[in-house]
Amino acid sequence: MATDTNLIIEVESLTHRYGDRTALDSVSFGVTRGSIVALLGPNGGGKTTLFKILTTLLTPTSGTAKIGGSDVSAQQADVRRRIGIVFQHPSLDAQLSVAENLTCQGQLYGLRGSYLRERIAKSLDRFGLTDRARDRVSTLSGGLQRRVELAKSLVHGPEVLILDEPSTGLDPGARAVLMDQLIELRERDSVTSLLTTHLMDEANRCDKVAVLDHGRLVAQDDPASLKSRIGGDVVTIHTTAAVELSRRAEEKFGVTASIIDGVVHIEREKGHEFVPDLIEAFPGEIDSVTVGRPTLDDVFLHLTGHAISDESDDLAEKGGSR
Amino acid sequence: MSTAPAQSWVMPAVALWRREVQRFLRQRSRVVGALATPIVFWVFLGSGFGSSFKGGGATDMNYLEYTFPGTIAMILLFTAIFSTISIIEDRREGFLQAVVAAPVHRSAIAFGKIAGSATLAIFQAMLFLALAPFAGVPLSILPLLAMVGVSIIVGIGLSGLGVLIAWPMDSTQGFHAIMNLVLFPMLLLSGAFFPASGASTWLGWVMALNPLTYGVSAIRGTLYYGQEGALVGGPSLTASILVSIVFAFAMIVAATIVVGRKK
Repeated sequence: MATDTNLIIEVESLTHRYGDRTALDSVSFGVTRGSIVALLGPNGGGKTTLFKILTTLLTPTSGTAKIGGSDVSAQQADVRRRIGIVFQHPSLDAQLSVAENLTCQGQLYGLRGSYLRERIAKSLDRFGLTDRARDRVSTLSGGLQRRVELAKSLVHGPEVLILDEPSTGLDPGARAVLMDQLIELRERDSVTSLLTTHLMDEANRCDKVAVLDHGRLVAQDDPASLKSRIGGDVVTIHTTAAVELSRRAEEKFGVTASIIDGVVHIEREKGHEFVPDLIEAFPGEIDSVTVGRPTLDDVFLHLTGHAISDESDDLAEKGGSR
Repeated sequence: MSTAPAQSWVMPAVALWRREVQRFLRQRSRVVGALATPIVFWVFLGSGFGSSFKGGGATDMNYLEYTFPGTIAMILLFTAIFSTISIIEDRREGFLQAVVAAPVHRSAIAFGKIAGSATLAIFQAMLFLALAPFAGVPLSILPLLAMVGVSIIVGIGLSGLGVLIAWPMDSTQGFHAIMNLVLFPMLLLSGAFFPASGASTWLGWVMALNPLTYGVSAIRGTLYYGQEGALVGGPSLTASILVSIVFAFAMIVAATIVVGRKK
């Protein structure tokens, strides 16, 4: 049984291999009841594999994962009842209405009669979908469909919501609304949320962030603590010759410079004192310099040595995680 | 799994069955298409080849009438198979991922899908039955009821076969290949369009091993119950019904196993 009753998700030395490729390498972590946790990592980092294991769709090679004390492999039916799932790609029947989709979902979970109607009404109301109940899903906008998706995953009243890249296809405004909804669900129904993401702004709003890279859990902490791991400031330099300038800066100042999206990033204590030195060293080569507190992008770079949007990782995902 | 709570069975199966019917009724073209093809086929075949038809038994049946029960089987086959293709679409469009992740016993998923598809098949077959007077097929109440009962069994078996084929498939192209390789020969060698009595020995064997032969024969046998020579050399009515029941049962079991298998 649960070693800590406050942990609703317990993952212990979870490993999964697809043939020779290790998608998850002895990952362990816990999720506290009532928290919102992001699994942050690049595509191919192991997020989707972890998502599939936690949602009982994949049996891990070794290790255990428990949700509410039930093992995801040995007590599938129990786990399935406890969790609501939001898939990355839509799972709605576009030819049915919003209410019909929710009815179908509720019945799949064994609900019926007045209880089912009550649950559907509540779910629709929670997401402001009541006046859309009779609309066919195919007639709704992408953002609204995402809301129906969320309403659908909650019909049976799960304790835990597991979301795979929930903001896929949403604009930044709709993404922010989605996070608001997860927070509201936590406040009003004490629903725990675990979401996979590769978006820093999303991870930033979570209580905890678990960073997955190449199948390994490289860090897990709240966003502020993660950022405080980087000692000082982050100096970012916009320039037309990023590679050249970062090499010369490293030589001259003995710092570590890295490039994210063509912008040079240097971690440095007392960043404001470093700026004049930089400008003087590279006159006319720098378009602009900013000094700021570290972001999760910097944290990710610091922890893994590469940016989250590295192309090689995208290829790795296409290569084998199916 | 002994400590796990019982999974729901009835409601999930009802949900999947109902969805199948709702979707069908919303797609008028499907309703018309699934019915029009066999009717056109029947009319052209029945009237075009009528003169070269020899019943083989002691019957004065014309070809339009002879192919009537076979056309019912054809409608059952086409509707059942085409409506189970939706499994492939459901997988591609994502609906199925939520179904397999729900606490539903795999047999309920298989059965809900089979029941939905069989319902559509039987509905279409009943519409076709309205044409019986034009073919000179005698209709009386008891044989008709028996025939509907047999159609339900045959429809379930064929829908189960459809689920069995469609579930592991990733593309509808693959399904069409199977359709041409398995389903058309199955239909043509079922006695639906020519009787086994006229076939060569080896073809007769193939027909005897074809489960649809018994479906066609059961439909023909119930529709013409008590009329000498109506079965024109096919298997007996009792054998036909028994084989159809066993086939339906086997298909439900096989579909459940396939649905339960992890990919």
